[in-house]
Amino acid sequence: MANRTVDLVVVGGGIHGCSAALHAAMRGLEVVVLEKDTVARHASGVNAGGVRRLGREFPEVPISQRSMEIWHRIGDLLDDDCGFQRAPQIKVAETEADLDRLKARAAHLRAMGFDHEVVLDRDELRGHLPAVSDHCVGGLASLDDGFALPYQTTFAFQRKARSLGVRFEENCRARTVERVGADFRVTTDRGVFTSRKLLNCGGAWAGEIARQLGEAVSVEPTAPMMLVTSRMPRFCNAVVGNQTRPLSFKQMQNGTVVIGGGRRGRALPDTNVSELIFSELRQTAETAMAIFPIMRGATIVRSWAGIEGRMPDGIPVISPSSTEEGAYHAFGFSSHGFQLGPGVGEIMGELVATGRTNAPIAPFSITRFTPEAGASGSSPTHSQGISA
Amino acid sequence: MKSYDVVVIGAGPAGMAAAVETSRAGLSTLVLDEQQRPGGQIYRDIEASDATRRGILGQDYQSGADLAAALRGSTAEYLPGAVVWNIDSAKQIDFSVRGGSQSVKAAHIVVATGAIERPTPMPGWTLPGVTTVGAVQILLKTSGVVLEDLVMVGSGPLLWLAATQMIAAGTPPKAIVETVPKARYRAAAKHLARAIPGWRYLAKGFAMIRAVKRAGVPVHRDAEEIAIDGVVAAEAVSFTSDGRRHRIETAHVALHQGVVPNQQITRLMNCEHRFDAGQRAFLPVVDASFETSVENVFVAGDGAGIGGARAAAMRGRLVAMRIAEKAGKPATDGREKLEAALRRDAAVRPLLEALYAPSEDVLSPADGTLVCRCEEITAGQIREAVALGAPGPNQVKSFLRAGMGPCQGRMCGLAVSEIIAAAKGEEPSSVDYYRIRPPLKPLLLSELAAFEPGEAPRAAAE
Repeated sequence: MANRTVDLVVVGGGIHGCSAALHAAMRGLEVVVLEKDTVARHASGVNAGGVRRLGREFPEVPISQRSMEIWHRIGDLLDDDCGFQRAPQIKVAETEADLDRLKARAAHLRAMGFDHEVVLDRDELRGHLPAVSDHCVGGLASLDDGFALPYQTTFAFQRKARSLGVRFEENCRARTVERVGADFRVTTDRGVFTSRKLLNCGGAWAGEIARQLGEAVSVEPTAPMMLVTSRMPRFCNAVVGNQTRPLSFKQMQNGTVVIGGGRRGRALPDTNVSELIFSELRQTAETAMAIFPIMRGATIVRSWAGIEGRMPDGIPVISPSSTEEGAYHAFGFSSHGFQLGPGVGEIMGELVATGRTNAPIAPFSITRFTPEAGASGSSPTHSQGISA
Repeated sequence: MKSYDVVVIGAGPAGMAAAVETSRAGLSTLVLDEQQRPGGQIYRDIEASDATRRGILGQDYQSGADLAAALRGSTAEYLPGAVVWNIDSAKQIDFSVRGGSQSVKAAHIVVATGAIERPTPMPGWTLPGVTTVGAVQILLKTSGVVLEDLVMVGSGPLLWLAATQMIAAGTPPKAIVETVPKARYRAAAKHLARAIPGWRYLAKGFAMIRAVKRAGVPVHRDAEEIAIDGVVAAEAVSFTSDGRRHRIETAHVALHQGVVPNQQITRLMNCEHRFDAGQRAFLPVVDASFETSVENVFVAGDGAGIGGARAAAMRGRLVAMRIAEKAGKPATDGREKLEAALRRDAAVRPLLEALYAPSEDVLSPADGTLVCRCEEITAGQIREAVALGAPGPNQVKSFLRAGMGPCQGRMCGLAVSEIIAAAKGEEPSSVDYYRIRPPLKPLLLSELAAFEPGEAPRAAAE
């Protein structure tokens, strides 16, 4: 079965695929999203839900800022509040040395022209986190960040995109992608799709699509583990991290506490299975109790891990293809892509529709992993704007 | 970390029988059970019950004593009060016991966690004073406590059994409100000839119904549109029967719509499951020796499909024989005989399944009825999520939080799959079930922080 040639095929129905599809449709493109499972099945539906500018890799800061602007009016964009709650994001320092490192970071950001990260002294930290342990000396905060409900958010992107005519093909894995004349041909279990442009948002599975485009990059599947407790009395209104020990900690509106922060489970992307490693989660439990003594009485009701794609340098690929004009990549968000979803979707929509963007995406070029492909292949004509 | 040839989870009839047999075959065997004494739910507290209580509970309950004695007399290690909270793909089993967590490795796992009562969402089912027939029977087994003025609502053999036990204890139920539609008797009668080898069960069934009538307990048949009335607690049961509306005042209501396999462990281990139309439940896919799609993971007893206590013990022995065979132990005689006995024992099942299939009322509750009790999600909310495009139970779970509370979906899972399937015009087999995540039972964060499995974990990436 062959389908009519559309403007854009997006491979992957996570938050990035759905957001890019929506923005492309808003620019008048006819879009099909191919998802091998169901929309938001993996990391996009089950991540920790942090909407965080705090502590971003420096090259990400400008697009994270842009994304945050969209988050603050997400209801206008999607007709759904996505469970978004404005809340401070705070990185706690347990020692003076930790606090010094945080102060240095804030200074570096100010020099870059960003002042959203502010240092908290001992008393200011307690003003935001009355339940924090006595030994914590201060912190770094981004006060206008927040958190949201991941599945509700990605589902809302899908529904809004669908309302603008985007077609979602679920349980429809893109097996092969290839260039045929001016178009791309994507072969799936359920027929062939052809399009003028192609966008790879395949997450942990994106490496194979890139490889078929002649851009072999290593995407490591990872499974960041999370825990959730039963409901507790309200004691925390911020999303809390830690300068030295991995932690992401938040109390949801219903009183449950979600604890994550980088301890990794076993990711088996071929079978869609992720397995928890409790001897690793033990340290997450220890850290949570050290920062918030009230957690000694907490009860875990569930744990989980979504499968994500991690790049060797820990930042995503947001880039035109270096080999095939009209193909684009947005993947490998390395466990911190949720907040970037709205902003990167906007950038990809612009890139696909116009071939250019002023957004500073040069640091995320796929050519940083494929110098030989970039040198020998067709040279992309897109303006990639200034680097951060 | 200690390793065993066989770890049996659950000390009901299936688990006890399996452990006795594998230890007899010379395999190192550990039995982990949540209760303080062996017996499971069916033989709960069998060792502690006196003659009076055994008299009340009947001959079949007493037969559990022999199994418990055999377990005690075997070389199997038996660890009571052990709550299994995770099993990984390398068959490492993590469990809580006496306030701390431990881990063991198993070459073979026997899941003998039996059955749970089917969720029975209906108006008022979450009111204080409403419980299940299974819970009422456990009160009787463990404490000799019988609720007064109890109105029993629903259908199934367990309902009649518990009623006769209450009568024997001198506190008959106030009334039985049975939900079996009249037409069902004709449908069930078709299976009568096939059920003859199970005459013993049929005779027991008729005897129970006679005993209830003799005791003068009012029985309302073909009841539908059932609601439990009350504001802060149950006050009455209302229903339609014989073409008119009834209302029975009571503070105690026990619900029952049969039992279904407890899938939590087999789902956690990613075993394949199928939806069985006869039992109206998901069953792990097993072979003739009750081995699941995950090698060396077996399900003995009701967990592989409802068969009752006698069948559970026989299945436990069969599983043990197969494990011994796989482990290279000499073959035991009697396998064919056991298989034939199991077939005879199962003869009555099609009749029971046809007669006591769950009522339409609980399979498709009204929009306003709570389905997920932990998170207070109604049937209507679930249908709305499907209308928005949520394709299955896991998306409904993520979207509404149904199944995310402390019970981990045990209480609502089957009802949620049924409601979604009906809303989509599909069968539960195609919408499937919640993915089950550890811990299987709530675990203290402090217990996890002190958790030392005693072996370096396998690498995160494989």
